[in-house]
Formats: sequence, structure tokens, C-alpha cells
Amino acid sequence: MVESYDAIVVGSGSVGTPSAFNLAQRGLKVLVIERRHAVGQGDNKAAIGGIRATHSDPAKIVLCSRSLAQMSTWKETYGQDVGWKSGGYVFPVYDEPLEQTLKGLFGIQHKYDLKIDWIDAQAMGEIVPGIEPNGLRGGTYSPNDGQLSPLKVPVAFQRQAEQRGCVFHFGEQVTGYEIKSGRIQGIKTDKNTYATGRVVIASGSDAAEDGRALGVDIPVQPDSHEAGITAPVERFLAPLVVDMRPGPEGKTANFYFGQNDEGQIIFCYTPKELFIGNNRESLSEFLPILAARMISLIPRMRHLLVRRVWRGCYPMTPDGVPIVDNVPELEGLTLAVGMCGQGFMLGPGVGQEVAALVVDGKSSLPEEAHHRIRYGRDFNQTSVEALK
Amino acid sequence: MNQLRIHAHPILSSLPDASVEFTFNGQPLKARPGEMIASALFASGIPVFGHHHKDGGAQGIFCANGQCSQCTVLADGRPVKSCMVPVETGMQVVSCEGHPPLPEDNQVLPLGRPAEVTTPVLILGGGPAGLCAAIELGRVGIEVLVIDDKPELGGKLTLQTHGFFGSVADCYAGTRGIDIGHRLAAEVEALPTVTVWTQACAVGLFFDGKVGVATPTGYRLVTAEALLVAMGAREKALSFPGCDLPGIYGAGAFQTLVNRDLVYASKKLFILGGGNVGLIGAYHALQAGIDVVGLVEALPECGGYKVHADKIKRLGVPIWTSHTVAKADGADRLERVTIAQIDETFSPIPGTEQTFEADTLLIAVGLAPVDEILKKARQYGLKVSAAGDSEEVAEASAAIFSGRIAGRKLAREMGVAVSIPSDWEPLAAVLRSRPGETVEWQKPDETAKVYPNIRCVQEIPCNPCSASCPEQLIEMDTIMGLPYYKGGCLGCGKCVTVCPGLAINLVCEDYDTRGELALVVLPFEFDDDKIPLNGVVETTDFDGETVGQGKVVAVRERADQDRRRLLMVEVPFEERLEVAGFRIRGPSQTVDTVEPAADEDPIICRCERVKQSEIVREIRAGVRDINQLKALARPSMGGCGGKTCTELVKRIFRQEGVALDGVTEGTDRPLVAEIALGTFVSEDSENG
Repeated sequence: MVESYDAIVVGSGSVGTPSAFNLAQRGLKVLVIERRHAVGQGDNKAAIGGIRATHSDPAKIVLCSRSLAQMSTWKETYGQDVGWKSGGYVFPVYDEPLEQTLKGLFGIQHKYDLKIDWIDAQAMGEIVPGIEPNGLRGGTYSPNDGQLSPLKVPVAFQRQAEQRGCVFHFGEQVTGYEIKSGRIQGIKTDKNTYATGRVVIASGSDAAEDGRALGVDIPVQPDSHEAGITAPVERFLAPLVVDMRPGPEGKTANFYFGQNDEGQIIFCYTPKELFIGNNRESLSEFLPILAARMISLIPRMRHLLVRRVWRGCYPMTPDGVPIVDNVPELEGLTLAVGMCGQGFMLGPGVGQEVAALVVDGKSSLPEEAHHRIRYGRDFNQTSVEALK
Repeated sequence: MNQLRIHAHPILSSLPDASVEFTFNGQPLKARPGEMIASALFASGIPVFGHHHKDGGAQGIFCANGQCSQCTVLADGRPVKSCMVPVETGMQVVSCEGHPPLPEDNQVLPLGRPAEVTTPVLILGGGPAGLCAAIELGRVGIEVLVIDDKPELGGKLTLQTHGFFGSVADCYAGTRGIDIGHRLAAEVEALPTVTVWTQACAVGLFFDGKVGVATPTGYRLVTAEALLVAMGAREKALSFPGCDLPGIYGAGAFQTLVNRDLVYASKKLFILGGGNVGLIGAYHALQAGIDVVGLVEALPECGGYKVHADKIKRLGVPIWTSHTVAKADGADRLERVTIAQIDETFSPIPGTEQTFEADTLLIAVGLAPVDEILKKARQYGLKVSAAGDSEEVAEASAAIFSGRIAGRKLAREMGVAVSIPSDWEPLAAVLRSRPGETVEWQKPDETAKVYPNIRCVQEIPCNPCSASCPEQLIEMDTIMGLPYYKGGCLGCGKCVTVCPGLAINLVCEDYDTRGELALVVLPFEFDDDKIPLNGVVETTDFDGETVGQGKVVAVRERADQDRRRLLMVEVPFEERLEVAGFRIRGPSQTVDTVEPAADEDPIICRCERVKQSEIVREIRAGVRDINQLKALARPSMGGCGGKTCTELVKRIFRQEGVALDGVTEGTDRPLVAEIALGTFVSEDSENG
């Protein structure tokens, strides 16, 4: 007798686990298949844990607002600690063009109810103690953004999903899909065969491979980014800080950091030249460049003790915007892929949207937002986001 | 101020007086010049350096080796590992209570870039293996860079005050470890081809093949054609209720405090583990004037050399085999140790508990290779080899030899025609081997006036007695064989002076014309105040059983005896073959066992203060991936990165009936040690 499920989620990371939870919440009998040995062990745990609705893309603003609404109250609702720390996001600004760019985004941001405003240099100096005052013009401040623990969130979703009957299979690799007359019928793995009419692909950096097995083009290619964490210090920094300036060494675009609920400073930068592929080994150039940038911005951070570094992958789409949609060409297939490095903050919101796509058969997002993350969009036409 | 410092030591030279003024929590203190903060605090009677942010648990010295972060203090506002940072004049040291505050330091300093250094060979570790490899490579003209995180070369040799076993010809057997260390360091420093960086910590090997090195003047990235990992070993841990109290730490940490820094680290010491490290630790403690209350070993026999066990038993230290430490207790620091007999499953047997007062408990339950960088180098496919304990944990004599072999092999691979004698590999294997069979001691059947009484009854790789006898009267088949005395002794005492196991004494039968007394000549390595000249001593046989009484009638002390005295002890003639030593301490007294505290849940991860029950809970909830366990309960997420608790966590999986082949290993990531962010941008003089 072949095991049968209402829906099978492939992947149990930032996106797969909340998707499974939301599907189980809606009453579906759900199986999650994960090739690794626990939830959140792919690129989820490489995230630094910032969660912001501060984007320029409508879909991201709405999805992350939903993430924030759910995760900031998770402990009150479900009793589990997920490392939530409110404190907002700041984008400090040292030059006129960036000030204009950021202020220019307030229109779309306010349209989707994001609480964000410009603060002056003095206010910035109070929110970010020790920030280099020379040339500081102020910046944006979105107080409702925050931070979560990427280590705690997936298990929180897993355990709630399991309470709702969802089954997780770890150490199991999908080997193929059963498709008949344009409809998904089931999944084959290295251990078993399962019957299902609905598959959700949430396999992060492996999504393109699942696409090939399904005969569907999933334009996702990973590139890898490096991050690190320090020993904890007494709390001194409330918000997550994003410095949008290109690094003086010419190798980095923006960089960002925050103090998590353990008191540790967690940090990351965006390299100018991307490291394509899924190599997750650390490079020697990261810490010297990062240290120079962090200490230039806040000199006292030179006294932090660096504890660990790691690399994780951004599953990128050609236009830098995720794909969260039902695939018209193949009935029963829902994609929640290509999170472009923001899977952790988008995940809870995407999980709700996946449930809508699967159960209701349609998007729960405003049309403008849904349009941005459709499967069949022209990936080469979309304009480049101002805020990534 | 009552300073807990050792001013006179039977082996070690005195250190300068404490003259560097600093403060701890506002209290004025003094340190010896160049002394590490941790040692200076310990010497000032301060064993608690702060309290943990999670539960207020007292923090203090644990590894004294820069590997963990439990000795963190604030030095002039900066959080530092107190065991690795020397006191400076006027330094304001403050205990670390909870999370340290980030100093409000807005000073803008110039930002440097790391110096990029290339070298044909990079040797990580300046201990016996690394130094010997450097000598072999350097003397055939290959340029070598040796880095070591300590201020002095020599590695753990710098702590070994005792004479070494092994082969005289090949690895300096009979010479004290400290002296071997100095000799090797001097050889290295004399080679123009070898560059040495001390206080240089290799923090990680990166995917681009570069080794990140933090030095006092900045950060350097080293690219080497070949990498030789000789980073030694670190001490394994054990968990039991109370195991996290200050005063409980590794035997290596103890040796650092006592033998390197001459700190009178304890008054009453207990030792857990009967391997060579624990046994020698006991001997070193006694030499430093520290009382050793006892030693427990879980197995039915001590794993260390029998001669090491016997020599501390003779001095009066009790050894309990098939016993373990059931718990430790005390307010804010160790006050009592409770031991218990264990059954075949190594569980304490109720009703067998005995409690002793002790202020320090040394954990000496084995060593694990420091091999994180070695594993990464192999994963990245770099040209890498290993020597010493990083390759395989064994005695320092084996490390010396393995370093030599590794050095020559590498030289050959780099195109220099050097030979590796065919007997080296077999000898290296012998030096690494565990002790062989123990045979029954045969009383000498002698009628000569003077002869050696040799009680070397366990096969260990050692030959100084045979090599030292000027008349070649002591023969051995192989280096692992037992010595055989063939007669004709002239009574020079060289073998008594040199035997690293203190397992030979001389018997003089013609001492007393009446034939009532005999003289035994005993080796002795303690200070004058322990020599009761003309006093009566309680004599013991070789493994510590009381024989009777004797009288020390003379002391021979000559420069060529290398700080080992020969005591002439007058004993009854019929006891002459039995007597092998005398007690220097009385029996250990038990005290009432303290009732179990409410909290009998041992700490497993010391950095994050994770208790056993928290790990058990996650395992029972189905966690089978150590990465996920780390995420949920946080073992090994702290400063040391799992160096201490990883094995303990695996043991809990097994105790819970989970086979380890079904458990996913944790992922190792740089950095190997925590380094200040500012180090990565320090202006390095190397950078010009």
C-alpha cells in the first residue's frame, strides 16, 4: 500500500517548514521530505536572522510584514522562544544620492503600511551608539522590523506542524516525480514512493535540480555569501544596521549586522563579485574586509571577539525576486523558491501564501505583489530593485 | 598580601619577584614580569574570575591554554582570555560578570591590511614534534616558518620537569622535558632557515589555502607550499555533578600554573585519571609542595606507566582503581570531592562513597588531537602532514621522533636527498606503543657488596639505565625489553640517578660489619625540607606498602645528578631488598559525605552552561543531528567551539541508546580561537 498525502513539501528550511505548518494548519495531511538530517540545516542556518519589511518590492514588503506579524507574537501564541528581538532596522546615510534614493522609496513602502521614517544624525547616533558621526546625514528607521533566531525558528514550525499531523522524513532524497497527463501523481525517493496530487518545492539552492526532475524550468542559481558571529557582549545595539555604501576596498557592496538575542553581533556583507555555486567554505579575505568596514562605521566594535564564520547560499533568480506561484503547466505543482538570500525573513509569510495557493488555488497577495513573484514572468524585463 | 607563589622548587629555577602593579576589581595586586593575568590572579588567591551570564555559575581557569574562554576577564575594559594575556603595569583588571560591556571607545585608529606571507613550509606548533621537524627541514636548507601561540617555544615540554623515557640516542631519554625543550628551541633558533613567530595563533585554514594567524602586532595570512600540523593535543573532559566548579580543571592547566608560572595553585589536590598525565601531575604537585590527597582511576589498573604510579604510591599518595569521582561540591569553588567504586558499566556503586577535602581536582582522562586545521587541509586537498599528538596521541618522546620523521619525509618530497634510516619507523612505533606486559618482580639474588635493585617490571620503551652504566652491566634485548643486570656493580649510582621511573636503587650489604643494617641508596627529587637528615622515615616497598623504618644518614648531591639527590637510608638488613622509598605524607582522611545537592544535573557544555538534562530532553524529542542539537540546546556554541563537550555529548547519545552511526556530526567552522575584530585590521610591522 503506497503512503498517500494531501501535499508533500520538498525541503524543510526557511520556506519548507513554515509551508508545511500552514498546510497542516489548513487541515491537509502533509509529508515533508528533507535530504539533510534535521530542519533548517541548509542555508537557513546561515542566515543572520534579520527580518524586515523594509524593501522596495511590494511582494517582499507584504510577505515580510506577514512574517513579522506572525513571528513577533510567536512566543505568546505557541509558547516557543524563537529569539525574537524588536529593535527595527536602520540604514545610516552618509551621502546625498543615497538619501534621495531611500526617501524615494517611502511612497511604495507607506502604501503597503510599512512604518518607516527618516531620522536625523543625532537620532541615528542614539540608536546606533558609537556610529561614526563624521558626514552622517541620518538615515531610515523602521522600528517594527526585528531579528529572530534562524536556529530556533525552523524547529518551532516543525513542532507545531507535527502537532497538526504533519510528518517529517529526514535523510531522504527525492529521486523522481510521477506525472501523468500533466498532473502530479506522486514522489519517488531513495527510500519509498508516495502518492500525492500536490507538491510544494521549497528546496532552496537545490531547486533547479528539482525543476529538471519535474521537467519544469526553475531559474534558480545559488551564489554564496559569508557571515560571522562574535562572542556576546552586554546589549548595546537595538536595530539591525545596513550600510549601503560600497566598501573602500572595492570588493563589497552593502554590509549589515545586528546584535542577536544572545548578545552576539552577527554580520555579513554582499560581495561585489559573486561567488557562483554552492561552495560553503570560508575564505581568508572575509574577516579583514568585514573588520575594516565594521570598525570604520563603529570604532568600538574593534573590541568584539570574533567567534565563528561561515558561508551560506543565496538561491538567486535572474531578477532577484522570489518565485512563489502555482505552475500552470503542471497541475499540482507549487513553487516557493528563489528567495535570493531572504528566505529566512520571507519564509513565514511565504508559508501562508503557499497554503493559499495550494488550498484556495489562488494568491492571497494584492495583485501588484503577486504579479511580481509569478512563475511565468519575464525575468529579464523587471526593473532592478532599489533595495535588495 | 599573601602570595601563593612557589619560591623554591627542587627542579625549577626561581622566577623574578612579583613587581608589576595592577588591580583586580580595584584591589591593588602584583604580578611577576611577563606573567599571564590568570596566573597572577591565582597567585593572589583569586580563583574566581567572574560569573556566567546564563546562570551566574562561577568562572575561572579551565584549560590555561588559550583553547576555551572560561578565564575571560576585562583588562582595561577589553574582554580577554586571562591565561593568554600578560599583566602590564597599571592594568585595570575587572571580573567578567555576565556579558562583558563593549568599551565606549570612539577612537579612530588607522586601518591596516593583513600581511601576506609566503613560505615553503609552515609548521603549526612549536612543541617537540614541530621543533624537531623544523630542525630536520631547516638544516637541509629548506625555509620554514614555525608558529606557536605561546610566548616560548617547547610546547608542553616547558611544563615537564621529569626525566623522559624512550631512547637516549634518539630522543634524549633520561633528560628532563624542560631541558629537552630548551635544547630543541636553541637548535631551531640557531638555524637561519627557520623563522619563528611566538604568540602567534593559527585561527583557521581557509578555502583559498591561507592560514590566518593572529599575532600581537596584527593579522597575517600565510600561504605555504607544504603545511605540517604539530599542534599537539588537548585534554578530554568528564562530567559529573559539580564538574564545573572553579578548582576543577585539566592536569595540563595545573602544570602550566605550577611548573611554568610557579604558582602555588593548590593546597590539597585530588586527581581523576591514572594515565601518565595524571600520575605525573601528582608527582609534580608533590614536588611543588602541594599535598596530593589521592587519585582515582576507572579501570582496574592505571593506564600510565607502572613506575609513575609506584613512585607516587611510595610517597604516600593513595590510588583507588575501579573508582571514579561521583561528585564535587563547594560554594563558588571546589571544597570536597566524593569518590565511589564503580561497577562493570562504570556506574558508581551506592554505599562505596568516600569524601575528601580538596581545593583542586585535576581531570586527566586522556588527550584528543588538536586536528581541526589538519582535517580542513586534507578536505581542501592541500599538501599537509601531521606529527606528534596531532597525528597520534602518545608520549613526548614519540612526538620528538615523529617530528623528525615528518621533517625528513617532507624534505624528501621537496626534492632534498635526505635519508630516513630504516629503523626509524619501527622505533617510532615502539615509542608510541602502550605499556606491554608486567612481570613479577624477582628479588635480586646477590651476595655482592653493592648491586642495583631494579624494579622495572613493565615493558615500556626506555633505555637510559643500560646506556648510562659505565661498565655496561645492564643489558636489554630491545628498547621495550626489561633491563637485566649481569653483575659486577661498582656502586657509582649512575643508573639510580638516570632512571626516569625512579625504579632502581642500590643496595650496600657491607654497610654494617655486624650485619644488622644495610644501606639503600634511593633517588629523591624533593626540596631540602623534605629530607629528614638523621631522622626516622617510614619506608615503603616499591608499590607503596609499608616496610618498616629507616634513617637517612647521608645525601649525595652532585651537579651530574641533574637535580636528583641520592639518599643513603639505613634499614634493617633483612628489609634491604624490599625498601624502595619512604613516605613524605600521612594517610588521607575522609570527611562526612555531603548529602546530594538538589542540583545533581552536571554541566556538559561549560561555555554555554548546558546541563545534561537539556541534552537528554532533545535526544528524547528525536534530535539525531548534532547541528540541530547545537541550535536547540547550544552545546558547543560558545567560545571553545565544542572542543570540550563534543565527546561528552556523544556519550549521552550512547547512554540514551542511540548508536552514533545514526547521529549526524556537527560542522566545524573557523575560527579555532576567538580573536578581537580589531586584530584583523591592526597595522602589522611585517607589512612595512
